[in-house]
Amino acid sequence: MHSDAARLRVKTWLFTVIVVLSNAFGDFFMKRGVPDSAHLSTPLQYIAVLFQPWVAVGVALLVVWQMSRMALLSWADLSYVLPVTSIGYVVVALIGKILLNETISARRWAGILLIVAGVSLVGAGTAVSTVARKGPPR
Amino acid sequence: MKWILVAVIVAATTIGEVLQAAGMRKHGEIHDFRPNALGRAAGALVRNRFVIGGVLAMAVSFFAFLKLLSVSDLSFAVPVSAVTYAMETLLARYILKERVNARRWAGAALVIFGVALVSL
Repeated sequence: MHSDAARLRVKTWLFTVIVVLSNAFGDFFMKRGVPDSAHLSTPLQYIAVLFQPWVAVGVALLVVWQMSRMALLSWADLSYVLPVTSIGYVVVALIGKILLNETISARRWAGILLIVAGVSLVGAGTAVSTVARKGPPR
Repeated sequence: MKWILVAVIVAATTIGEVLQAAGMRKHGEIHDFRPNALGRAAGALVRNRFVIGGVLAMAVSFFAFLKLLSVSDLSFAVPVSAVTYAMETLLARYILKERVNARRWAGAALVIFGVALVSL
């Protein structure tokens, strides 16, 4: 029983990292890839922009993001996944600072601190609370 | 117009994510990550009504978000997700019957204020 809980904990952390990184870098490549001059008005133009190389990388990462998030939700509570994956806002802010040289205002630093505190609080608890949750079909 | 879109986005995202979570719970823990087993899981999920409903609701939310971006700027559009977090935590407790203990309520509240500060 104890080893099962430990196994689930490692799996939860691994998938949280995949969810957060694929989301943050997916968005980053999307923003980098969509040219500012792009005219997005007809459905065809939306489809055409998907074939820009960086946009394609972004889309692939966002597919990974959705798939890994669904897998995570197959064993972890929504009320756990939501706050814990919001560490992504911090990752996005840091990517902006490190890779794009954006400045982080005092207000944003305050928000980042609150998010980190909330994520630590929830992340230190257990991911599975419901009694009725089904285990893996064996 | 802006506020109608915000209401649509919050409602559609909340419904979509709660349905997705309900569908994944119904499916049970994904524990076998070999390609064949993942293919079988995907086959079951595309026939899972909660998951289908969740995807439809999230598509509505996505296009409403694109529309919102065209009538307002990003700084107005992004804090919407803080409201969605609050709604979803409530629904997780009362619809999905998750045991949201004091630790999770406190964490969710910190994250909601943090997201609002980061994105405002």
